[in-house]
This record gives sequence, structure tokens and C-alpha cells, in this order.
Amino acid sequence: MQPVIQTSQLRKTYQLAEPVHALRSVDITIQPGEFVSIMGASGSGKSTLMNIIGCLDRPTSGNYKLDGIEVSGMGRDQRADIRNQKIGFVFQGFNLLARTSALANVELPLVYHRGKAFRNSAQRAKKCLERVGLGNRMDHHPSQLSGGQQQRVAIARALVNEPTLILADEPTGNLDTRTSLDIMGLFQELNEEGATILIVTHEPEIATYTKRCIEMRDGLVVADNQVEKQRNARTDLANFTTVTGI
Amino acid sequence: MKLWKLLEAARQSLLKNKTRSALTMFGIIIGVAAVIVMMAMGTGAQKNIEERISSMGTNLLMIRNGTNSRGGVSRGAGSSRSLTMEDADAIRREANLVVAVSPTVSVSGQVIGGGKNWYTQAQGVHMDYLYNRSWDLTEGSMFTDAELRARAKVAVLGSTVAENLFPDQSPIGQSIRIRNVPFKVIGTLEKKGQSSFGRDQDDLILIPVTTALFRLVGDRQWVSDIYASARTIEDTEAATEQITEILRRNHKLIDGQEDDFNIRTQTELTEMFTSTTAALTQLLMWIAFVSLIVGGVGVMNIMLVSVTERTREIGVRVSVGARGSDILYQFLIEAIALSFTGGVAGVLLSWGVAHFMETQQGMTMIIETWVVAAALGVSVSIGLIFGLFPAYKAAQLDPIDALRHE
Ligand SMILES: Nc1ncnc2c1ncn2[C@@H]1O[C@H](COP(=O)(O)OP(=O)(O)O)[C@@H](O)[C@H]1O
Ligand SMILES: [Mg+2]
Repeated sequence: MQPVIQTSQLRKTYQLAEPVHALRSVDITIQPGEFVSIMGASGSGKSTLMNIIGCLDRPTSGNYKLDGIEVSGMGRDQRADIRNQKIGFVFQGFNLLARTSALANVELPLVYHRGKAFRNSAQRAKKCLERVGLGNRMDHHPSQLSGGQQQRVAIARALVNEPTLILADEPTGNLDTRTSLDIMGLFQELNEEGATILIVTHEPEIATYTKRCIEMRDGLVVADNQVEKQRNARTDLANFTTVTGI
Repeated sequence: MKLWKLLEAARQSLLKNKTRSALTMFGIIIGVAAVIVMMAMGTGAQKNIEERISSMGTNLLMIRNGTNSRGGVSRGAGSSRSLTMEDADAIRREANLVVAVSPTVSVSGQVIGGGKNWYTQAQGVHMDYLYNRSWDLTEGSMFTDAELRARAKVAVLGSTVAENLFPDQSPIGQSIRIRNVPFKVIGTLEKKGQSSFGRDQDDLILIPVTTALFRLVGDRQWVSDIYASARTIEDTEAATEQITEILRRNHKLIDGQEDDFNIRTQTELTEMFTSTTAALTQLLMWIAFVSLIVGGVGVMNIMLVSVTERTREIGVRVSVGARGSDILYQFLIEAIALSFTGGVAGVLLSWGVAHFMETQQGMTMIIETWVVAAALGVSVSIGLIFGLFPAYKAAQLDPIDALRHE
């Protein structure tokens, strides 16, 4: 099988008064079906790597193959199309369009779709919302939803284009423990169904729900290990609820 | 992204900020309404002038004493005496492009009749005068050739004179005195209204020119004007040349000597008035243009604010795969929708204003379809032109910065 992500000597340097080396030669390979977390302290380069992997940004040098396609040299429009077809983003701050229904938010990537793959986009968006358990909240606007529900809408949006890769930057950063467990449970389910997921986090707790953990420091990968005792978020959530009684 | 999706997005976005959208449109609304109202006024005035000038007569050529003011130093029209009865006869005899000739002499004074007094003008004319001026009688008849030759003391009253002297009865057959000379009323003229110079054209009495010369003026040959009509409107210029030739010969003017008369044609008068209204319309158009520009700047300003406010939204759209051009179109369509809606509102406002001016101010307002179409076209263009920069700015945003924007 060909890897979903394959980077070699990926570098990113910001030219400020003195150059900031956000990434200094990163080599990562991620296979289809993997559930990977990227860990590291603040400023270690996690988001920079995520942005390059998500084709929002370009590396200063090095190569990056996404789903077998070399994307590091692509222009803006080409990268936009790649994001549209191959990537689903989940952000820390949800980044939903306010004053637009959950359904319209989920449909958004399909609005910009250039192929003929998705004829009935509203139908597809509906299915994805049902998948994340919000079938009864389609007409709600983000302000009418809880943080956890908003993040579910964001996840539904990340699923709607049937992406090769789901990227989540601190997806539980704005959520309480209970809701974080809930969201991680959803990611675990999606992974079991075959989705390739990459999440960025600075909480070691969160990383234990993934299958593989890559640690970064100062723009370098310092550790890359399979998670030994992968925890199950659903079980933990059930225990958490019994213990706290919430 | 499909067009209807873009339009729907624009509609929603404009409705989200109703007050702001309405205020932004204000400049466009005023500008568009101003353009249409000005044009309606201009077209209306133009039509009025054309009607008034054509009410002056049929292919009219007005020959007056004095040098043409265009030929160097002028002594003023009518200041010298050069036109005679003989000139009129010569034109009638020789100018084959001229169909009706009426030498004219005016005498103003007190007129007594029906036990009343009225200060007016008696105009000595030839019967052809009615043709020259496209004038009809309402009652009675014009004097005949025989009466003209006999210097008969007969008169045809303008409607103002008739109304003032004989308000309750028909003036036909009544006797009036002009400068103490008794005349018999044989006809009344149809009402013509104000001239393009604002004079009441109906405040006059027509009498045979011969009678006027011999019995009122006491001078037998000098006339003040000669009215003539060219055979057709196209003949106007050639007829003017024929008359000039005849008069120059009659007046024994040698080559290089200036004309001692001048000829005004209806076409010239129309042009004169048209150019005045055209100048006015042009000035007003500039004012409207400026207000449209101001409206456009308002659109640009609000779109720039909107782009800043919605930076995060742009980031989200770009992250899910919107191309720069998608963002550009979205904001451009929004700007166009804004100014076009303003344009439509402006058209409605202009209809209201035009209606008001017509019913309350008695002005002639003519709104032509092409003006409305052009005004709407202009409002779309303004949205396009002034929306381009904000839309371009939005399209150029870096997605990472945009997503991080607070
Ligand atoms: N746009 C930028 N301009 C300059 N420096 C940046 C920019 N983005 C990130 N950096 C720097 O690059 C380094 C890595 O940042 P980042 O990838 O955001 O770290 P993390 O997400 O792990 O906290 C930091 O030192 C940060 O200051
Ligand atoms: Mg970060």
C-alpha cells in the first residue's frame, strides 16, 4: 500500500530579524488506516508541520507526497483542490461559519468541489451529521450548539468529502475532560471504520487514545512509537461518568 | 461555486447587516435617482421646447431689420429700417422655395371695445401670417385679399384680447377702436399660450398690414418684420439664401457690404434652446456622477470592513478548498448585489420623485427606458469597480493567518 503521508527532509524557516527554524528536516511516513498523534511543547513546530501536511502552507525545502502525489511544489489553486478532495480539517476553535446552519456548514466543502463526485451534496452532508450523532440538530446554528456538538459538526464537515486524511489541530483544546473523551471516542470509531487520522496535541492524555505517537521538539522529530497501552475513550467516558456522577 | 449559491450567500450576508447595507446603499440610491430625475427633467424640458418652437409656425423664417448680430459689430436687431412692402412682394414673386410671405408692422396702444379698455398690440399682417405661424381661427374668418388691398378696418382678435374685451359675448361683428380708429371684429384666433420666451402670444390683434401702415402708422412702406415659410423644413437653408439674394439686390448692397437685415430660422432657435438644456443636463449629470462615485466609495469602505470582519470565514472557506477566485467572486458579487439593490431602489425613488414633480409642480418628466437600463448598468459597474479591490484583498489572504485571526 502506498503511504498517505511521506515527507523527507521537510524544512520550514521563517525569515524574521533572525531566521526561525520551525521545522528542521522532518521525515514522517504514515500508512492508510493509522491513527497518529503529534505531541510536543508549545513552539515545537506541531502546527507548522500540520499546516504543511494539510497543504495550507508550503515547506521551505524538502519533499512531501500526499497519497502518492508530490504536493510541495504546487501552487495555490492546486493546493486548494487537494485540500478539497483529500483532506478534512478539524480545528481547536471549531471554525464553523456563524449564522449558518449545521447542515450548511457541513456542506461547505462540497460547494467548492470541482468534480461531479457529489451530486446530492445536502444528502451527503445530512448523512455525515447523522454519523456524528447530530441528525436532529441539522438546522441549528453554531451558537445554539454546545462546544462538543460544534466540534462534532466540524468533524462531520471533515468527513463530507470522503478525505484520504483527517487532520485535527488540538481538537480537544477548547473542551472539558468529558467532552474531550467523547470526541476522542468519535475519532477512534472513525479510525476503526478505516479513516486515517492525524491529531496534534500537547496533552499526553489525549495521545494515549491514538495508536502511534510522534514527539517533536524544536522542529525535530525526537520520538516515534506505537502507543503501548492504547486506551478506549468510550470505556473511559463510561467510567468517568460513574466516578463523577455527571 | 455555482452562481445561485454565490447570490444566495450575498443575499444572506447583506441581510445580516440590514441597517449597514441600507446606509451603504444610500449614496447609490441618491445617485441613481438623481441621474434618472435629471434625465427625465431634461427630456421633458426638451420636449416642451420643441413643442413651443414648433408652435411658433411652419418652417418659419423670420426676417428682421438690422444686421445679423453674428456679423461683427451689431447695431441691434430692428434698430434700422430697411425692410419694405416691396421686399415682401419681391420675395413672394421670386423665391420659389418660399410658400407664404407676411410683412408685419406692430402698433401698440389702448384698445377700446365692449365698454372695456385693454392695452395691447395691433399687428398689421398679410393673410399668409396664419400659415406662417400655423395658426387657426376659432370663430369668424380672416380678412380677404380684397380687404387687404382696400385697407379695410377689420380685425381678428387674439384670445387674450377677446376674453378681456368681450368676456360674456362673441366678439364677432362688434366694433373696437384701436388708437381711436374704429375696426370691425371679423374673427378670433385659437389660443397659442406662452412663447418659448415667456410672452403671451395671444395678447394681440391682427389687422391688414396695409391698414396698419396707412391708417395707424402713417408711413407707407417700412415694415418691422417679414414672416416667411420655407416650402419644406429641408428647404430652410436654400430659402434663406434666396431671400438674402433678393433683399441684397433690392437694398442695392454691394459685395462685401453687410446685410441690413437678418434671418432667423426655426431650426436655429431649436438648436439654441437645445444647447442651453444640454448644458444644464450635463452639469446635473456631473453632480449625479459625483454622488455615484461617493456611493461607490461607500460600497468599497463597507466591503473592506466586511472582509476584515470575516477574515476567519475566509480562512475556513479556503481551508476546505475554496480557491482565491471563489473568494474573489463571492465578495465581488456581494458588492454588486449591494450597489444593484441600491440602483433598483434609486429607480423606484426616481419614479416617485418624477411623479411628484409632474403632479405637484406641473413639470413635464419623461423617463426613458434606456436611462433606467443605463442607471442600473452603472450601479452594477460601480459594484464591480469598487468591489474589486476589497474582493482582491480577501482572495489574497493567507489561509493560516486568516484562520488565526481573532
Ligand atoms: N508565521 C510565522 N512567522 C514566524 N514564526 C512563526 C510563524 N509561525 C510559527 N512560527 C514559529 O515557529 C515555531 C513553531 O511554531 P508552531 O508550529 O506554531 O508550534 P506549535 O504548534 O508546536 O506550538 C515557533 O517558534 C513559532 O514562533
Ligand atoms: Mg500549535
